[in-house]
Order: sequence, then C-alpha cells, then structure tokens
Amino acid sequence: MENNWPIWEIFIRSKNGLNHKHVGSLHATDAEMAMQNARDVYTRRNEGISIWVVESKHISASDPDEGESLFDPANDKVYRHPTFYNLPDELKHM
Amino acid sequence: MANHLHDFLIHLGDNALILGHRLSELTSHGPVLEQDMAMTNIALDLVGQTRNIFQVAAKLQGNGATEDSIAYTRDATSYKNILLVEQKNGDFAKTVLRQFFYDAFNYHAYQRLLKSSNKDIAAIAEKAIKEITYHLKWSAEWVIRLGDGTEESNSRINAAIDDLWPYTEEMFKFTDYELACHDEGIFPDIHGIKAEWDEEVKNIFAEATLTVPEDGWMHDGGKRGVHSEHLGFLLAEMQFLQRAYPGQQW
Repeated sequence: MENNWPIWEIFIRSKNGLNHKHVGSLHATDAEMAMQNARDVYTRRNEGISIWVVESKHISASDPDEGESLFDPANDKVYRHPTFYNLPDELKHM
Repeated sequence: MANHLHDFLIHLGDNALILGHRLSELTSHGPVLEQDMAMTNIALDLVGQTRNIFQVAAKLQGNGATEDSIAYTRDATSYKNILLVEQKNGDFAKTVLRQFFYDAFNYHAYQRLLKSSNKDIAAIAEKAIKEITYHLKWSAEWVIRLGDGTEESNSRINAAIDDLWPYTEEMFKFTDYELACHDEGIFPDIHGIKAEWDEEVKNIFAEATLTVPEDGWMHDGGKRGVHSEHLGFLLAEMQFLQRAYPGQQW
C-alpha cells in the first residue's frame, strides 16, 4: 500500500520533572492518529508518561552547510563553561 | 467444582485467546507499520488476559491442569468463544469492525466484572479494563475513519457490516453458565449490557455515517462449543507445537 500520510515527530517525557525528548517519527493522517500511533510504537516498554506530536513540516531546522559559522566559534571559548569556580564539597550534582 | 464458574472462565479466556491469535496472524502484515504495531499490541494484551483467566481456571480444575494445557490441548467443541472472534481477518475494515463489536461488548462486560463477587475475576478485570478501554478507542476511531473516509473505505466497512452483523447477537444470548454466574453476582447486571452496546454502536456508526442494520437471522453456538468451520483451522495452527511436542517450553 502506498503511504502518503504526513510524517510526525514524536516527543516523549519519561517521567515527571524531565523534558520531553525527541524519540523518532511516524506516519499519521492527523494529530489524534499520530498520538495513538506514538503510544503504540514508542511507549510499549514503559518509556513514557506524556507524548507530544508535531507534524514534521512545522519544524524549522538549522542548515548543515552553515554548521561552521553557527557552531565552531564556540570551540575556543572555554571561559563560557562555569568550570573555574571552586564549589563547596557539600554541593552535589552541579 | 463449581462448573458454571469454570465454564464462564473458559468462555472469557477463549474469547481473548482466539481473537488474540487472529490478530497475531497479522503481525508483519499490517497495512502500515504503525497499525501493524497497534494490532500486535492488542494481540499481546488479549493473550495476556487469557493467561490470567486460565491460571484461575487451572487452579479450579486441579489435576495438574495449567494455563497451557487449557489453551492448547482441547478440541474445537470444548472452546466456548463467541463465533465473532473466530471469523477470519478479511481486509482491514473487517478486522477493525470485528474488533469494535467485540471491544464495545467487552468494555461494558468488564465494567461489570470489576464488581464481581469473585475476587480473582474482579482483579483480572481491574488490570484488563485499562487495556480494553484503549482497544475500544482504537477500533471505534478506525470505524469512524473508514466509514467517513473515502468511497473505497466506506464500501469496505459496509461489506464488513454485512458479513459480521449476524454474529453480534450471540454476545447477548446468555448461556446457562453465564446466567448462573449472574445469579451469584460473579457477572452482575448481565442484562444491562445490550442497551449500552447498542448505544455505543449507534453513536460510533452515526459519527462514521454508517447505518445500523436491522436485526435479521443471527448465528450462535460458539459459547456452547458449536463453532464455524474456521476454528478448526485456527486451532490446527495455534496448537501445532504443543500437540507435536507436548510440554515444550521456551
């Protein structure tokens, strides 16, 4: 069967307090079907407690050809990482 | 041994087992990957429900009976599933409609089993009802999509209605063992199910622009062990391994 259904990007939140994370994509005719399909394809093994679906055409992506100008300038700016502070020992998970 | 309770458990388990097996035949043959997964998930839910039910039946039966011996070593006349669930998959419309008719019944039946006087059955129902609620949502939505879809999908679901409608009444033709369970509160308010099923079908069909058929001649017999010719073929495949290699495990 030919499949002309639009593609949807699926985001799953694995537990409360965490972000929704992109897990993959699938085909569906509308948001409701995308939600059901996401449930059936991506949450079979207890992966999530919340689903977001977004039709792929609504996502704007950065251009890979612009990668150098977008991302390379951050390479030599280590001072942007907060690694030069001395943290007290009691402070965990920083 | 309370025979009516055992018969009722076998009936409940067989409904889930046979429909689960039918759906499992479609694994890797679904129309699209996403629906292939959906049907496989439902098949797994149903086989899981069967296991829970047959474990209780096996305990009741004693004599070394197990969930496997009940599932795999009976002949067709001992199966008590409704005829609807053994009907062949046909096209996607028929698979979906068979599921919808069953889910709509099952949903309202299991709502009652939640309040069963039998603690084992109430516990099984509590676990199963969440799955069944999703199954009904899935199948009802597809009936609407196909009915209110294209000319092709509409004609296919209408053909499925012609095929399957005569198998619907059996669900409400209660057997002696169901009525005995009803009297003991194991299957409460059995007679209220039909009105709720009718309402469910009426609403979904209306949304799907489909017409609920007039009741004509209806099949029955499955619950008493009188089956259509399809069940034998299904069992031949489903039971092959346990028949050829008794006690085989993996």
